[in-house]
Formats: sequence, structure tokens, C-alpha cells
Amino acid sequence: MGLVLTEEEKMISEMAEGFFADKAPVKQLRELRDNRDETGFDRGLWAEMAEMGFAGVLIDEDHGGSNMGFMEAGLIAEQMGRNLTASPFVSTAILAATALNKGGSAEQKKEWLPKIAGGETIMALALEEGRKHNPAATNMSAERSGNGFKLNGQKGMVMDGHVADQLIVVARTSGEAGDMDGLTLFLVDPKTKGIATERTQMVDSRNSARIEFEDVEVNADAVLGEVDNGAAVLKAIVNAGKAAIAAELLGTGGEAFRQTTDYIRERKQFGVEIGSFQALQHRSAHLYSELEICRSAVLMALTSMDMDAAGSEMPVAMAKAKLGSVSKLAGLEGVQMHGGVGMTDEYDIGLYLKRIRVAQELFGDANYQMEQIASMKGY
Amino acid sequence: MSDLDAFRQEVRTWLDENCPQEMRTPMKGFEDACWGGRNYKFASQAQEDWLRAMAEKGWTVPTWPKEYGGGGLSKAEAKVLASEMKRIKARSPLSSFGIWMLGPALLKFGNEAQKMEHLPPIARGEIRWCQGYSEPGAGSDLAALATKCEDKGDHFLVNGQKVWTSYADKADWIFCLVRTDFEATKHNGISFVLFDMETPGVEAKPIKLISGRSPFCETFFEDVRVEKHNLVGELNKGWTIAKYLLTHEREMIGDIGGNRPISEIVAGSVGLDDNKKLADPMLRAKVAETEVDEWAYMLTLTRKLAEAKAGASLGADSSMLKYYGTELNKRRYELMMDAAGHDGLEWEGERSNDGDLARMWLRTKGNSIEGGTSEVQLNIISKHILRMPGA
Repeated sequence: MGLVLTEEEKMISEMAEGFFADKAPVKQLRELRDNRDETGFDRGLWAEMAEMGFAGVLIDEDHGGSNMGFMEAGLIAEQMGRNLTASPFVSTAILAATALNKGGSAEQKKEWLPKIAGGETIMALALEEGRKHNPAATNMSAERSGNGFKLNGQKGMVMDGHVADQLIVVARTSGEAGDMDGLTLFLVDPKTKGIATERTQMVDSRNSARIEFEDVEVNADAVLGEVDNGAAVLKAIVNAGKAAIAAELLGTGGEAFRQTTDYIRERKQFGVEIGSFQALQHRSAHLYSELEICRSAVLMALTSMDMDAAGSEMPVAMAKAKLGSVSKLAGLEGVQMHGGVGMTDEYDIGLYLKRIRVAQELFGDANYQMEQIASMKGY
Repeated sequence: MSDLDAFRQEVRTWLDENCPQEMRTPMKGFEDACWGGRNYKFASQAQEDWLRAMAEKGWTVPTWPKEYGGGGLSKAEAKVLASEMKRIKARSPLSSFGIWMLGPALLKFGNEAQKMEHLPPIARGEIRWCQGYSEPGAGSDLAALATKCEDKGDHFLVNGQKVWTSYADKADWIFCLVRTDFEATKHNGISFVLFDMETPGVEAKPIKLISGRSPFCETFFEDVRVEKHNLVGELNKGWTIAKYLLTHEREMIGDIGGNRPISEIVAGSVGLDDNKKLADPMLRAKVAETEVDEWAYMLTLTRKLAEAKAGASLGADSSMLKYYGTELNKRRYELMMDAAGHDGLEWEGERSNDGDLARMWLRTKGNSIEGGTSEVQLNIISKHILRMPGA
């Protein structure tokens, strides 16, 4: 039932492992950060990822994708998490591909999916408005205007927002903040008049932007899916995002743990390796157990995405909840067990702590997921 | 129709005819479990009929070979049987340390004569077994056990004391770890022997626990004669069997499947507010957290068993499962007590089924002690999986 990888899945995982360790190790993220790179990721890497079929992992062959599926997408995300690889994989290959798969018209699919799979187009989801993930609270408005709509509002935490060739914008066409009804998705060119994008430098040195929309005019054919009925497509997008981020966190948390146990096995104090102290051993063994539990949660979430996107909401929320809290623990314990050097920029463990802080927040932190789970279960 | 579908149909029909209605109702307390044995008093005719019918088919131990009283079923068939039993909410026909612990050890380490002598009565629920492992001086450090077993030519002579022997006062036979070599290093002088609890010199005294119940005993051996053919495996090589059994026990203790969702239990006690949310928001958060962990834990159990190749042991990962599963079970009972509030504190009387919840809650405190404490499991993970220095 997907809890044990098939030979084919193992192969993809190993291929991704080798690829990212070789082409996009932590060192690359450091260089992007230190050089204040304008793009925020390596375009050469993204092109290679497209060649490998990673960019088109969720796109069918008719539209130029590799159609590997969600399990594979998760295995790729895990390896990127391990290496803190910066790329538009989540924004474009996961979120945008899902948006078009679920909501796109035949023309929209034909126009955009091959470009995503080919690595030519980068897309960003402009969803969040407040401090915390809350799609129903969407306040940004889209009023009918002439043949199309006029967009007004502001968005934040837009992954790859400053480099996107197209934006997927969630706006309200009816109802009021608090309703999931009345939302509509739009495909918008970021160069359209009235759009102001500010790249926000984030704690994890990864791409994010704030975007303001002032009387932005779009045509009716910019609508992705149905007017007022964007909720279903949006839920599918968010669900896909949660699953991918949970898989990424499995890699990030797992690697933080690996580096930490490697460190305490070697570091000597009082004449012995500090890993010989039971105080550290028991916390490490606990974290090992939690991470094993996490792997099962992620595998089940990915399996359910492949099987039935409608029934996947619960396992995906559960996986995101579990990974949010356990990867956080891995980051915190990592820095603490590294001691003084854990506070230095030279050691990688701090970079892991920072990325985990961001990723656990994306699409709702553990508390948010838990609230959703309880509500879905009717208590 | 595939073979498995045909088998499912056959099982369904058979269960329909043979599982008494009374055995399709949930057990009220642990007393409702059927343990079998020489002196066992069945709680009802239905309980007895159900055991007899299942034993006849070999389905008390579905995957054991037929010649040993088993059903000879494949893993897939056994799964079908389990799911069909679950479908009609059939109770387990037999609870037995013979099935859970000694049986697997005999199948792996016993000789043919031992298998033929002991396995069929276990399968039929005729002989009830207990496990003689811990001693007053050998708890977490089990290999320090000192119960003496001397070679007297044509037989062994056993002297010493065991403790925490589950249901020793009700058991017919014991499988017991004894020291046969006091010179060797501690792991290399242990043997695994079997003897009848009615042998002269054996005495079992129940220990009253914080739950008020007495599932465990102190067991004393004074010049107990053990026949030589009751040595399992080689002399002084009993630790290998002990470890195998402990691993098996940990996997079993780690299994929390079949539990009612904790949210359902808690909602039943504290109720929902106007928004259909648990009336206590802090409790609601803890319940959700526990349900996520239980879900992911059960998946991990399935995953680890599937990963371990058929027949192979999980190795040190069984310690991870035991640690996590028992800690989780303790959390579950803490939540149940939180939710039950004042009612959960009742110790006697019909309303509380003689304080069943409170007593079960107290019993779970032992989950992370028996079969190796949580701390011992964490040590094992550190040493064998994480390869920590000096562990």
C-alpha cells in the first residue's frame, strides 16, 4: 500500500539523491545567499531538473511531462530537503502544475503545461495575505470590469514571486473574508500594469515576495477554473503543497538529525565523545523514533495523493502536522547538541533550523493542521 | 473468483455458522478474554464453544503448520480470516502466552518432539503457559539472572526465584530462563527450560499492584526436578532464544491496533460545543495530536513488518516500536482519564465496572517498564541503530 518503496520508486529516489548531492548541495544555497543572487536559484539547475523529468513530474505525457506521480514528486522533494536545494520545484512543478491540472481549460493546459515541464516558465501562487495560512480569509478583490476583472489587494509569502513568468492569483469575486465560496483563481502576467512586486529576503535565504495589485485589469480568459468556485481547485493546490513540503521536511529534518548524530559521535569533551552521554543518546534515540514515524506518515500522504486526491486531505494534513512538529524538534535538538558551533554560520545545522522554520509554516503549521484534522473528524 | 476470494467466502460462511452471537459483542473488561488451561473455568458456554470450534479448524493459530495444531494458512489467508473476524466483531477465541511467545520460540528453536508435545495443546487452549524471565536482581539487566539449574545426570535441578511472572498462579507450565554456567560471562551461561507448574517445589504468589489487581506473581523454585528433554536449544545458549522472544514480545506490546478512536471516547465524555468542537479546547488539541501519532505509528508498524523480509526479525527497530507504542498507549489512557474526570476516579461499583478505566489506566504505567523499560529501549536504539560511542 505504498509504505514500502517499489524497485522503480527506489531507483527514482536514489537518482534524485545523487543528483541533488552532486548538483545542488548546501554549498550552492550559501553561494546564492552570499552573492545576493538576483534569481535566488540556479537556472542551469532548473533546466537540468526539467531534463530529468522533475519539472514535469505531475504533468502527463501529452503535455510534455514525465507523469511520474506524487510518490516520485515526494521522493524528489525529500532529496531537495536534504540538500536545502533552492529551485522553483514547489512553486511551479507542484503548485502551478496542480492548479492547471485541476482547474485549467484545454487551452490553458496546452499553453502552460509543456512550458512548465520544459522548465521554460516559472509560476508562483499568490495566495497568502495574513500572517498565517488561511485561504478562507482571502480579502483581495476581483471585480467585474468590462470584459474581464479588476484586481485589488496585496499578497505575501509568494514563493518565487519575484522571478515568476506567470502568477496564479487567488481573489474574491463574491462573498466575504471567511468564506471559501466566492473565490476565483486567475492567471496573471506579473508585468501587467498595476502590479508591484517586492522581493522579501527571508530567514531561509529562499525566494519569497510581497505583491501589490492596484486596479490590475485582466481578461475573462485569465480565469483558471470557475468564477466563484475556485475553492475546490485551491484545496487541491494547497493539498499538493502540503504533501510536497511534508516530504521536503522529511529530508530536511532527517539530514539535520544525521549531521547532529555524526557530530556528537566525534566531538570530545571530558576526554570522551559526547555521544557516549546518555542524556544525548536518549534524545537522539527519541528523535530517531519520531523520524521513523514521520516517514510512514509522508509515504501514506503521497500514496493517497496518487490514489485519490479527494480522500487525501486527511492523511496529508496529518503528515504535515507530524512533520511540522518533528522536523522542528530535529532542528532545535540539532543546534543544541552541536553546542557553540551550532550557533555559527560556518556549520550547516543553522541553515537547516532556518529552512525548517519556514517550511513548517507553509500551508499551515502543526497547530493549524491539527485544528483542520479535528474539524474534519467532527470533534 | 480468485482463490483468496473463494477462501473469504468459505471463512464468512463458517464464521456465520460457528461464531456464537455472544462472542460478537465487545469485551467489557479484560476478564472477558479466554485464557484456557487445565483448570480454566469458561465464563460461558458460548466462550467454550467458540474456542473449541476455532481450535478444531486450527484457527487459534492460523499460520502454524497443521501437524502442530495450526491452520496451515498463508499470510494472505490469515489476513482474510482476521478481517472477516473483525467484520463481525468476533472476539479472539484464545489469549495465550503459549501462542504469542513460546510457540514462535519452539517453532524456531525447538526439536520435533518438543513441537509435537507442546504446540497442539497450546493451539487447543488446553495448557496455559507463563514466562519465567525477570528476577528480583535481574530486571532491566535481565542477563544478570541467577536462578540456578544444576546438571544431576539424568535430570536438572532448579533453585531460585522469578518475579513479574504474568499469571503464574493460573499457568500450567512455565518457560524459564535459568543459569546453567556460573563461570561463563553472563550472556553465555543461560539456558531455556520448560517445566510443569505442578512439579513439587514450585510456588507462585500473586503480587498486588497499584491497580488493585494481581496479574503478576513472585515464583519460587526449590529443588524443582526438570527432565532433560525439556531443555530447548543448546545448553548455555538460552540467551539467543530469550532475545528472540523479547523482540517478539516488544513487537506485540507495541501493537495498539483495534482501539476505538480516542476522539470518539473523549467526545463521549466531555461532549461537543455548539460548533461541534470538543468542549475543552486544550483537550481537543491533545486528542488531535495523539490521533495523528497513533495513525502514523500504526503505519510504521505495518511498514516495518513489511520491510522485514518474511520470517526475519525487525532487529533493534522492535525497540523503537516498543518504546513509541507503549508511550503512546500511556498518553491515550491519560487522555481517557482527563476526559472521564470525576467518573473515571471511581474504584468500585457497577457504574464504573469496578473501576475498570482507573485500573486499566494504572496498568498502562507498566507498559513502559515490562519487556524492557523505555530507557532500555532508547539505549538499544543508541547502540544498535545510531552506533553511539560507549553505548
